[in-house]
Amino acid sequence: MTRSAISVAAMSLPTPQTEVDNSKPALPNGIVAVVKQDCPTCELVDPVLGEIAAAGQTLTAYTQDDVGFPTSLTGVVDDTDLSVSWHHEIETVPTLIEVKDGVEVRRIVGWSREQWTEFTGVPNLGAALPEQRPGCGSLSVDPGYVDELTVRFGGSALHGRRIEFAALEDEMEAAFDRGWTDGLPVVPPTEARVLRMLEGTTRDPQQIVATVPPDLIEVTVEQVAINAVMAGCKPEYFPVVLAAVEAACSDEFNMHGLLATTMHSGPIIIVNGPIAKKIGMNGGHNAFGQGNRANMTIGRALQLVILNLGGGRPGGTRPGEKGVDMSMHGSPGKLSFCFAELEEDSPFSPLSVARGFEAGEDTVTLFAGQGPTPIIDQISRTPESLTRSFAAMLATSGSSKLAIGFDAALVISPEHGRIFSEAGWDRDRFMNELNTLLTLKGDDLIRGAHGIDEGLPADFAGMDIPKFRPGGLLVMHAGGDAGLFSSVLTGWVGGAKGSEPVTHRIGS
Amino acid sequence: MTTVLDPTAKKSAEAIERVARPSSLDGLRVGLLDISKPRGDKFLNRLEERLTDVGATVTRYAKPTFAKPAPVDLRHEIATNCDAVIEALAD
Repeated sequence: MTRSAISVAAMSLPTPQTEVDNSKPALPNGIVAVVKQDCPTCELVDPVLGEIAAAGQTLTAYTQDDVGFPTSLTGVVDDTDLSVSWHHEIETVPTLIEVKDGVEVRRIVGWSREQWTEFTGVPNLGAALPEQRPGCGSLSVDPGYVDELTVRFGGSALHGRRIEFAALEDEMEAAFDRGWTDGLPVVPPTEARVLRMLEGTTRDPQQIVATVPPDLIEVTVEQVAINAVMAGCKPEYFPVVLAAVEAACSDEFNMHGLLATTMHSGPIIIVNGPIAKKIGMNGGHNAFGQGNRANMTIGRALQLVILNLGGGRPGGTRPGEKGVDMSMHGSPGKLSFCFAELEEDSPFSPLSVARGFEAGEDTVTLFAGQGPTPIIDQISRTPESLTRSFAAMLATSGSSKLAIGFDAALVISPEHGRIFSEAGWDRDRFMNELNTLLTLKGDDLIRGAHGIDEGLPADFAGMDIPKFRPGGLLVMHAGGDAGLFSSVLTGWVGGAKGSEPVTHRIGS
Repeated sequence: MTTVLDPTAKKSAEAIERVARPSSLDGLRVGLLDISKPRGDKFLNRLEERLTDVGATVTRYAKPTFAKPAPVDLRHEIATNCDAVIEALAD
């Protein structure tokens, strides 16, 4: 059988006629052989199996495909549903297993005269055969079968309620009809896909991840996995999704308030550490935008968790529709706003290190914000000039008349970053210079100043006011290698009154 | 036919009945909850005057910040000491 024939065969795995028995089938005592006809090594050892039986050994053969194989034995056991192979984790055929008192003692795979002779105690096995041959892949681990087998035999690990779509229901439309989407189509969360997602973590599916607002629902790893499937995540993204959900649902981050605010803001996820590259995240050109699956789906998974599990529905998206999220404009970033910090060539230490983690640790940082607002400066070539340029834009972040209350994130591009690294400025030097420039005059900020009624109360006149509270300005490095622009991500209410940025370690 | 796993949280269908509408404000204990938005106090000051005029006993409460849900203790205190509560949202 060719490879393409195998993938076609995957469509026709025998369907059980009765209720599937999920329990692990016991193996008979003696020697057990698991083989398939579609394997040259198994064909090679067919006569050897006959020799072992003829020598008086108790030998039971299980066949994965052809019940008339091996030809040298009678009473071959039909394992074409792969139940025995799956449960006993057969990875290679032929596999020989020694069973004593119903318990596996040892196993060998492939053909090796020396090994088989030692294993069976029968001398001169397969005299006409070569000394050894590697085996073939077991059908129970064939990519075309493995998901379906995992559902069939291992599906009981999932606790979620099963929902059957009607035969004539389009599965994409069915998800829209049930209110499970963010306005874009979702991947149907079948058991096979959810089980595959769970392969991305070592955590128990029933472990509680977080209490998700606004309904304050304790959600399990499995429930998050279901929504990660719908978002389009790959299993290797799942640890990042779990860390993002944990961080977003911490008291300090205050996802509840961030969801309910009439401001534009939503959770922005910044990923640090080697995992970003490992799973193919983007911190370069288009880092905030479309095109990268990990960036787009990790942030989306967090939002689907809040929507479907937390009950955080956006209101007003259709006339009369009610929802906790009554953001006045909303933001396209609330579909997904997730990117990797570009750690290489950064003039500064990574954001995660600035926030107290070790270099090389995988982390997510959650920041409540929106944007990006561009900072255009194509002329500055000194750090002094560029820092003033940044400060002038940051000073008006959110409002030119308000200070301290709202946070911001500054994302420095590689071309701008180079100006700092070439001048030898590190993070501390830059932050000191920036904070000095962002100390504003109360006279400019009070209500009525510059003809604008908005502003700080009159008591602030004559005072020096920092634009940002301590810890209220995050600085990071991302973007493509061409473009003398940087970005401000305007934040939401910062600190204990609103949201504190939160950094969490990404687990396994 | 596709079988999927429910992506939503199982929620009980338990319905919570509303408290009956008070027939009179006279002698009623009314809590006024300021969510700490600017100028919410102006609205609540006026409400307090009007309610006191018709014989209600008014107690003022405030959330520490409008950006977070009211703390559990505050909710409990209001529920224990008041027959009705009015929450002010203002800007």
